[in-house]
Amino acid sequence: MKREVGVWLAAASWVVFGLCGSAPAADAMKGKQTFVRVGCFECHGHVGQGGVAGLKLAPDPMPFDAFANFVRTTSGQMPRYSTRILSDDDLADIYAYLASVPKPPDPKSIPALSR
Amino acid sequence: MSKVDRRKFLASVAVAGAAGAVASDGKAATTAGIVPPSPRPSALRPSAIVAAAESAAPAALAHAEGRPGSDFMVDVLRSLKLDYIATNPASSCRGLHESLINYGNNTRPELLTVMHEESGTGMAHGYAKVAGKPMALLFHGTVGLQHATMALYNAWCDRVPLMLMVGNHMDAATRPPGVPTTHSAQDPLSLVRDFTKWDDQPNSLQACAEAMVRAYKIAMTPPMEPVCLALDAHLQEHPQNGELLSIPKLTLTAPPQGDANAVREAARLLAAAERPVIVADRAARSAAGMRAVVALAEALSAPVVDQGGRLNMPTTHDLNQSGRGPALVGQADVILALELTDLWGTLNAFVDNPRGTRTSRLKPGAKVINLGVGDLYIRANYQDFQRFAEADISIGADAEATLPALIEAVKRELTPEQAAANAKRVDDLRKARAQMRERSLAAATLGWDSSPVTTARLAAELWAAIKNENWALVSPDFFVSRWPHRLWDFEQHHQFIGGSGGAGVGYGLPGAIGAALAHRSEGRLVVNIQSDGDLMYAPGALWTAVHHKIPLLSVMHNNRAYHQERMHVQKVGNWRDRGVDRSRIGTTIEDPFIDYAKLAQSMGMLGIGPIEDPKDLAPALKRAIGIVKSGDPVLIDVVSAPR
Repeated sequence: MKREVGVWLAAASWVVFGLCGSAPAADAMKGKQTFVRVGCFECHGHVGQGGVAGLKLAPDPMPFDAFANFVRTTSGQMPRYSTRILSDDDLADIYAYLASVPKPPDPKSIPALSR
Repeated sequence: MSKVDRRKFLASVAVAGAAGAVASDGKAATTAGIVPPSPRPSALRPSAIVAAAESAAPAALAHAEGRPGSDFMVDVLRSLKLDYIATNPASSCRGLHESLINYGNNTRPELLTVMHEESGTGMAHGYAKVAGKPMALLFHGTVGLQHATMALYNAWCDRVPLMLMVGNHMDAATRPPGVPTTHSAQDPLSLVRDFTKWDDQPNSLQACAEAMVRAYKIAMTPPMEPVCLALDAHLQEHPQNGELLSIPKLTLTAPPQGDANAVREAARLLAAAERPVIVADRAARSAAGMRAVVALAEALSAPVVDQGGRLNMPTTHDLNQSGRGPALVGQADVILALELTDLWGTLNAFVDNPRGTRTSRLKPGAKVINLGVGDLYIRANYQDFQRFAEADISIGADAEATLPALIEAVKRELTPEQAAANAKRVDDLRKARAQMRERSLAAATLGWDSSPVTTARLAAELWAAIKNENWALVSPDFFVSRWPHRLWDFEQHHQFIGGSGGAGVGYGLPGAIGAALAHRSEGRLVVNIQSDGDLMYAPGALWTAVHHKIPLLSVMHNNRAYHQERMHVQKVGNWRDRGVDRSRIGTTIEDPFIDYAKLAQSMGMLGIGPIEDPKDLAPALKRAIGIVKSGDPVLIDVVSAPR
């Protein structure tokens, strides 16, 4: 399983986000580490799946500009991250990681989710 | 020194001590005007404790003649039809303990051995919510009660009846010196008076009988709450004095019902409402209570938001709209609140930012009907009564007891035209519920194969393993993002009992074991989703489950942290712009990781794990369920996502 994650992360590394807003080129592998280091996973889960404490972030994250703006300025339940504690490069790496998360399987294909 | 020599030595010291007491009589000495020098003893005197231990046996033997007072206490406890007494053994309770096992033959009530008073109280808490009656507790006064206090506060907040008894040596002149005196108190129950409904320290056996029956009766009258008794050790250990003793008849008090005029006015508002919503927390004390919530919702075609203090509404019912709580409250023109822990928090949004932003969710003109026992019994010190919330109609009554009258009143108020118009709401609610279900299923697939195991995967695999069984979940599910409530079909009241009430960590494991004990006679497969931090408060509860053969499947939500607190620390670090990299310090349970499977194994329980690959979960569950169904507890450690 870990090998599978490594493969899709490597493929997604150094993504240019032409389709996702004006994000700079960034490193998804590094972004995954930063996602854990600065505590994003605490509320949003290790693959951005979300939960009772934080919204779903991935797959298909919101456009980068909206994402970055929210992280820098929010005054809601989530505390904002200034550039002092999360650089622009780190933020772009995190976004690259979230954009690299593969789509999940169809729930109908999972027996454990049937009634 | 030989045994014989030692006895002679002690006897001589005792005699010397007695003589010394006479010789040191102040009156004789002053009369003579001269105080002779004390002869130096040839050996050091034994300490008071040693002397008592060595010399008190004959006196205790003398007490054993006649029927002990504690035998009568057993008769009273039996009259209350208590099935279990959880105990951590204590000298101040030894009289009653001995009577329970030898006179009472350790049956109804049967002693449960617990390894911490907090665990025993938590077990009684979980037990009462399933059994619908108290488990008794027998603990040491002072230090034992001090151990029990957090769990007692949880039960208080959760409105659960417990009957806690502690031993105490009331008479300073006759109680043993040393430790027993250190553990005695003038008013031992003052420690917990702020969060118990009633307490007493009876001074005679007849007063004890009345106190026990009164305690049980008060605990079982809504608002149900813990009660405490201090039982004098002398009263337990000494024979009855030939006094005429009787056991009062127990007649439970009918729960308070709402004032008829107030109920009629509430029904008028609800019947005329265009967008009513029912919010319930601890409304359904029993299966009948849940049926009543359903009946009221169906009469009004109104959505129900179940806040989860108990199972108030089947999760499969179209009118169960719990996932849309804040939105529904914001759209409502009439809100009926049934036994809420926090009405203010339901009607207002609070954002935990540096300003603590508060905004009302209510739309202008919305009416609030508050029905519950919260105003009937309240204490000043601890703030579990929450912020003051405004209401348009406030009915101080037990919701479950009042709902039948409210349903009838609503039916009388509704015209056929209103009922028909209201029924049109159901289609929209059915569609909204179906959409919520689809969203939940899609969300559950996110990170399906990732490690740590997602809480959705954990809940889904567990559901697949138990859904064809006669099952019950005995743990709260907030920390696993409420996935069981989003994916499982809760249809019977006993399938969910809410959480700790007071949010005191350490309730999870003992509460689950107590609930599993109550489910045991019904042959149900009992499931506990167990947090790691909670387990480590008092892991000795695992031993109690094994020792008393209480079948329970505990599946760990092991996120290797006090995760809620980690999020708090990180948030403050962000606010102060000082970084978040170190929020793990003081909040995580790592370096080393705890091997919970081995911990369970050390107490004779099958422990499986740690499971890190989600694909290993289903086979482990299958194996574990086979063993639990044969009557033993099992623990599966699953390294899982934070929430």
